Amino acid sequence: MSAAELRARAAGWIDDRLGFGAVRELMSHKVVPVHAATPWYYFGGITLFLFAIQIITGILLMLYYRPTVAEAFDSVQFIMTRVEFGWLIRSIHSWSANLMIFVAFVHMFSVVFTHAYRAPRELTWLSGIALLGVMLAFGFSGYLLPWNQISYFATKVGTDVAATTPAIGEALARFLRGGEDVGGATLTRFFAFHVIVLPLAAMLLVGLHLLLIQKTGMSTPPWMDRSRVRTMKFFPNFFLRELMVWYGALAVLGALAAIFPWELGEKADPFTSAPAGIRPEWYFLAQFYTLKLIPSHVWFLEGEMVGLLFFGIAAVVWVALPFWASNPDGSLRSRLVTGLGIFLAAYLAVFTVLGYVK
Amino acid sequence: MPVQESSKQSTQRTDGARADRKRRSLVSWLLGGGVAASLASFFYPVVRFLNPPAASEASVNEVAAGRVQDLKPNSGKVVKFGNKPALLVRVSETEWKAFSAVCTHLNCTVQYQDGRQQIWCACHNGFYDLNGAVVSGPPPRPLEEFAVHVRGDDVVISRRA
Repeated sequence: MSAAELRARAAGWIDDRLGFGAVRELMSHKVVPVHAATPWYYFGGITLFLFAIQIITGILLMLYYRPTVAEAFDSVQFIMTRVEFGWLIRSIHSWSANLMIFVAFVHMFSVVFTHAYRAPRELTWLSGIALLGVMLAFGFSGYLLPWNQISYFATKVGTDVAATTPAIGEALARFLRGGEDVGGATLTRFFAFHVIVLPLAAMLLVGLHLLLIQKTGMSTPPWMDRSRVRTMKFFPNFFLRELMVWYGALAVLGALAAIFPWELGEKADPFTSAPAGIRPEWYFLAQFYTLKLIPSHVWFLEGEMVGLLFFGIAAVVWVALPFWASNPDGSLRSRLVTGLGIFLAAYLAVFTVLGYVK
Repeated sequence: MPVQESSKQSTQRTDGARADRKRRSLVSWLLGGGVAASLASFFYPVVRFLNPPAASEASVNEVAAGRVQDLKPNSGKVVKFGNKPALLVRVSETEWKAFSAVCTHLNCTVQYQDGRQQIWCACHNGFYDLNGAVVSGPPPRPLEEFAVHVRGDDVVISRRA
């Protein structure tokens, strides 16, 4: 028997038992539209790739990390100074987290500007937004884990903001902190969220998101005549291109991690004053800066509460996008959506920069 | 001569196909080599990361094991010797013994049995005498013995030179 025959027989044996044939059949039907906006299709895949890197590097970090007030900072320092390539693994984890959130935002805006959220893809949009929320929660919880000054005070501020939520604020803040104040209980809690709760939620949501995309197929922008758009097979044509893009993303990630290793800062000390330059991660900066601008009282309401109310309403409008984007006659309010998208992107960009500079 | 020409053409065609195959196999080799090299560069740091760095705790040569009056004759206790346990035994009013408390069989921590006046490992029922030598059970080697000095009220255990 030749090697090729042997391979074919082995493949057939596995196929008979696992039914990969059905999967291959499904894959062979998946196509990707080819047009001017095709490059935007890569961004979801890049987000997924970076998420995979987060899982791998996260597991590695867990081998040495210890989630207690006494040991957290020292264990991260140990990883960075004593464990071989520990600095690189941690640096990749931090950089990849930030790049992932950035790429997820790019993905979201590309979906908005190509109007890919429209029926029948409402659930894909909702699961994507939920994934973005999970990622932000990953960022918020992971930020505290090294237990350094900046992250400690940023978490105090962050959970304080949560406390101003009307009605449930106090309870929410207590739940997040595991008590009255940010301390050891917060650290173990955030650790549990970060390594168990959020990963499970993310996996389920990613599964749902991909399943929905498989079900509905890739969207083409509404201004294109779908029947006249060329397509490319997903497997292997698009997949190999995506692999090349991943290689590129990995190169960028590796270069950033090696050239600008993520800093550790100083160990958190609850009994010192907050150091200057306390600010959250960049993806919360726009909101952070907006809250800074609002006066302490607006009419009879507290300033924070007004800000949160405004963010809350904006978030609801944004999440519900697929449901109000169409006119009653079924035509798309594409100009309104595009305008809103541009406004939101500009607001986030400008206020993030302002929050960084000021 | 049309026949000759056609044979010439066909020779050229097979030559072309052969060159094409050669180029293809070269490209495959380059691609495969590139993928293999990048996989190696991903796994190398991971494997090195998995290898735990050597313990930072300096090896200890001497520890204070407590006070004389804390231990009655014909009794023993486990004390910390660096990051390993040691067994301190007060055999009689004046005679003291100390051993590494790590069983030479499978690393369980041993204890003193006052009834038999022997050292016992509960994991697999190994017995050592008060010189550390194996009496019965599976331990393959005797226990490492430490020196004991009584300085006033303090009992000090040290590694033998």
